Amino acid sequence: MTTLTPPAPAPARPPATPGTRSLLTADQLGPALAGAFRKLDPRGLVKQPVIFVVWVGSVFSTVLAVADPSVFGWLIAIWLWLTVLFANVAEAVAEGRGKAQAATLRKAKTTTQAVLEDGSEVSAATLVPGMRCVVVAGQVIPGDGDVVEGIASVDESAITGESAPVIRESGGDRSAVTGGTTVLSDRIVVEITSKPGETFIDRMIALVEGASRQKTPNEVALNILLSSLTIVFLLAVVTLQPFAVYSGAEQSMTVLIALVVCLIPTTIGALLSAIGIAGMDRLVQRNVLAMSGRAVEAAGDVGTLLLDKTGTITLGNRQASEFVAVGGCSDAELADAAQLASLADETPEGRSIVVLAKTAYGLRERTDLPGAVFVPFTAQTRMSGVDLPDGRQLRKGAAGACTTWVRTQGGEVTAEVGDAVDSISASGGTPLVLAVAGPDGARVLGVIHLKDVVKEGMRERFDELRRMGIRTVMITGDNERTARAIAAEAGVDDVLAEATPEDKLALIAREQEGGRLVAMTGDGTNDAPALAQADVGVAMNTGTSAAKEAGNMVDLDSNPTKLIEIVEIGKQLLITRGSLTTFSIANDLAKYFAIIPAMFAGVFPGLDKLNVMQLHSPESAILSAVVFNALIIVALVPLALRGVKYTPGSASAMLQRNLLVYGVGGVVLPFVGIKLIDLLVSLIPGIA
Amino acid sequence: MSATTAGWLQFALLVVALVAVYRPLGDWMARVFTSPAHWRAERLVYRAVGVDADAEQRWPVYLRSVLALSAVGVLLLYGLQRLQSLLPLDNGMAAVEPGSAWNTAVSFVTNTNWQGYVGESTMGNLVQMAGLAVQNFLSAAVGIAVAIALVRGFARVGTDRLGNAWVDVTRAVVRLLLPLAVVTTVVFVLAGIVQTLKAGTDVSTLAGGSQYLPTGPVASQEAIKEIGTNGGGFYNANSAHPFEDPSAWISLLQVFLMLMIPFSLPRTFGRMVGNTKQGLAIVGVMASLYAIGVGLLTLFQARAGGAATALAGAATEGQEVRFGGPLSALFGASTTLTSTGSVNSLHDSYTPLGGAVTLFNMMLGEVAPGGVGSGLYGMLMLAVIAVFVAGLMVGRTPEYLGKKLGRREMTLASLYILTTPAIVLVGTAVAIGTSAGRAGMLNDGPHGLSEVLYAFTSAGNNNGSAFAGLSANTDFYNIALGLAMAFGRFLPIVLVLALAGRLAQQGRTPVTAGTFPTHRPLFAGLLTAVVLVVVGLTYFPVLALGPFAEGLS
Repeated sequence: MTTLTPPAPAPARPPATPGTRSLLTADQLGPALAGAFRKLDPRGLVKQPVIFVVWVGSVFSTVLAVADPSVFGWLIAIWLWLTVLFANVAEAVAEGRGKAQAATLRKAKTTTQAVLEDGSEVSAATLVPGMRCVVVAGQVIPGDGDVVEGIASVDESAITGESAPVIRESGGDRSAVTGGTTVLSDRIVVEITSKPGETFIDRMIALVEGASRQKTPNEVALNILLSSLTIVFLLAVVTLQPFAVYSGAEQSMTVLIALVVCLIPTTIGALLSAIGIAGMDRLVQRNVLAMSGRAVEAAGDVGTLLLDKTGTITLGNRQASEFVAVGGCSDAELADAAQLASLADETPEGRSIVVLAKTAYGLRERTDLPGAVFVPFTAQTRMSGVDLPDGRQLRKGAAGACTTWVRTQGGEVTAEVGDAVDSISASGGTPLVLAVAGPDGARVLGVIHLKDVVKEGMRERFDELRRMGIRTVMITGDNERTARAIAAEAGVDDVLAEATPEDKLALIAREQEGGRLVAMTGDGTNDAPALAQADVGVAMNTGTSAAKEAGNMVDLDSNPTKLIEIVEIGKQLLITRGSLTTFSIANDLAKYFAIIPAMFAGVFPGLDKLNVMQLHSPESAILSAVVFNALIIVALVPLALRGVKYTPGSASAMLQRNLLVYGVGGVVLPFVGIKLIDLLVSLIPGIA
Repeated sequence: MSATTAGWLQFALLVVALVAVYRPLGDWMARVFTSPAHWRAERLVYRAVGVDADAEQRWPVYLRSVLALSAVGVLLLYGLQRLQSLLPLDNGMAAVEPGSAWNTAVSFVTNTNWQGYVGESTMGNLVQMAGLAVQNFLSAAVGIAVAIALVRGFARVGTDRLGNAWVDVTRAVVRLLLPLAVVTTVVFVLAGIVQTLKAGTDVSTLAGGSQYLPTGPVASQEAIKEIGTNGGGFYNANSAHPFEDPSAWISLLQVFLMLMIPFSLPRTFGRMVGNTKQGLAIVGVMASLYAIGVGLLTLFQARAGGAATALAGAATEGQEVRFGGPLSALFGASTTLTSTGSVNSLHDSYTPLGGAVTLFNMMLGEVAPGGVGSGLYGMLMLAVIAVFVAGLMVGRTPEYLGKKLGRREMTLASLYILTTPAIVLVGTAVAIGTSAGRAGMLNDGPHGLSEVLYAFTSAGNNNGSAFAGLSANTDFYNIALGLAMAFGRFLPIVLVLALAGRLAQQGRTPVTAGTFPTHRPLFAGLLTAVVLVVVGLTYFPVLALGPFAEGLS
């Protein structure tokens, strides 16, 4: 038997606080700029077709500026390079935010030695699954694994940012330990479950750094559309030259390049990968690790959410909600007895009885009860209570146990008790019978109604989810009747009562057959198959390694309610991409009105009617469009990193809003922006 | 009654007639392509072709069937023209030149009906009837079949079968096009359109001279020409010729006929996917774009500057004075928006901005309402693009009618919107950039550019109408436009059928509150915007140098 010594306070990094982190701090800017320059390497840029085209254009325009120097030529070349650079900055900034986190994680990987069961020391890097290591207080756990012997308090702040230590013990659902965390007390034996280099921390580092980032399915599809648009615009401009020559308005290569760069969707092209990285980062900030970007995207598509009742929908414990007096017992008498019987009961249920007696019946809390003997709850008696100095014995417990006790004490149990018990059960509550035995004989005083308390705000969350088109299913081991009652109170759409792991798996398969994507949380080993089957399986960090292995996300805070936030982040990621794509394409209209008259009004004066912005000169018009095109990328970096504002609601309402802001806004804004830039640009000597 | 009032009445009548046939015709077409029973006449065809009518095809097989039918069609039509003088019913016409024969063969098989030749003095009755008319039916049927295959892609779940191309084409001809064409022919004959095997008549004119009036089986050609959105006229003057289009009533009827099937197919689509509102959204987009096209063209024609124009009430050059400006504009807009290409007035003589509208109409990709079948599948491909962008904006993997639009689907749809602009722009650039191309231009300046652009836009989008002012019966244009027509027709069909196959294999995502509804005005508006923006952005520069440069000066 192991005794648990109180853990020493652990030094820990401050927990991550979502939302408060500034988007870009001065110390991040330096490395981001350096990264942006490194990313000018065309071999990397090829993966972003839109930006690669700009890169090629920059090279050409530079060559042209060198061969035939002019203020206009050089300015265009410079701003084209800036366009590429700004795109790189966006990505580098997004990556930089993960790098800081990765550095912290790397520090946790300092352990090099592991002590095996036989006492020999080996390098942690050589540990393979199946090996057993001994870790004692003060040591760092050398690798991921399960506790197979002992119990210990572990400081997991290196991973979770949470400084309060957690208990890890062999057997059960709290056996998983993570390499890099520190044992604060006691001694445990850990069986290693991960290969070297593939530990949880290794994967975390890779994830937050974006090293293992793969394009997600929607990102790939969007990239294809953008590439196709790029080709269309390339064709439109390449074929324009023969038409221009025919019309006697041959255009310089520089102008044509400028036109292409302005037309192709550079804004979204530049921000696309930053949006993806930032989406993952938003999860990391909420202490959720997504093992793949695909899972984050799938979260946005989720159609069915499976939620465990206990801890997710309801508070972990039942609470007393009502005292039902029977047999002529007054309410005050019952409340008093209930309070007395529960004073020493440290369980949440017991405490809630004391609280109810105080709030509902105005009983002052008694602190000590001289001469009273407390009778603790045991599995045999299934009752607890108190023996008072005046000879009265108070007992509370399960209906069966209590009524039997009353009878053995010579009392009678009326049918009224049975009715009260049944009516509480029917409403989904748990009846707790309170009885007394003493000089006056034994009798049942009343029944305490213990109730699952639905967490505050859950109904609103579920209404919100319903508006988003997500069906919620509550999973519980309770019987159907109890489950239905709680489900109705919480406002979930459906329940799976008396659920076994097989039932869960079958439910997921059924939902998926109907074309719905399913998300769930789980922590136990028996949740693993369902976690693996679900499209989004969020494993609790407190759970077993089997569960963590099976899911595609791990919640370091082990907060099942977070599933809802994950769904929102997934949606926000897609919305940001879609909105900026719309914005990017909508921008083209104004650019045409700036550039086309500038190119051809000289030959066809009538086309100057299209110069609705009254731009200063052809050169200033083209340059302004290019400058606007570059600056808008920088201006939208914060939006790309933060994500478009997401308010849960119906798809139609959301689309309407985003179309208005990013579609209509995208048409109007550049007219204003280009005009303003033109006012400045026209002051440059050589342009004016 | 003023011309303007007459114009409004004509348009109102047209709308009423189209609304009236929308449901019955759309439902009938849905029945035609979903009924399990074969008609006896159809069985004969299947036996002759040697196909098992009850065996369904995967998309590559469906595609091969369509391509094979078209390839054989090109060969037969080419052969008929080349061997014309050796065959009966040649009306004394010589063999058609190889370049022209190739161009015409491709043109009629691709439902383009671009005519680089002068009909009444080139093609004898055998070629007209056994060659051109047959392809008018088949090319229309192929378009409908491909559209139906795509609709099945949306309607079906978890299958790799898209139906049977031979059955679909046969049924389109037997149950839809032939009956409609027969009835229409009778009406046309009653209205005075020529229908005879006699090659022509010598008549004494009022002025005392004599004139040879070529005649032939015009009414029957004319019926399928409009119903199948083909547009290839018996006469060079097409529907501006009194023997093809004797009165304003008939002219209006012809407009109705070319719009009838394309505007009703969305109903078929709605029926087949089990939600007629989806069809309404599509037809709503088509109708909006159509109304814009007709409205702008009428406006630009009526508002042209100059004292003469003001006096006449509208630009009258090249207009059919028997019909008046509004009916000419209505016909012109309808024919360019339906890929028909028949004309009752000369588009080359339209005002520059009016000409720009006819150009832009075709550049829309023939989707409003487009050619028979091709209009629907073109619009659905654009809808896929619109749904993708919109779907992202509501935070889900985009889905249309429960079908997810992933990497493969978007690749196909993206290539689709890329194909036609590539053909049109590259074709026009090559023509403008080479002396062979410039040799055919009769005008210089922006108008000359518009004429070449019009030719390639017409060919690439399988419209077939001509701006004239371009001597297109040269080897260069016969070959180049032939290629533009072939690629413009069959590359999109490959992509459409591939997408259909891909969609049919998918399951169906159920509709929830989080699903972006594609049957509401919001989506219809978005799709309209997408069509206009994609096309506008692609063609803006070249339009600026052509019609805009001319029209804004």
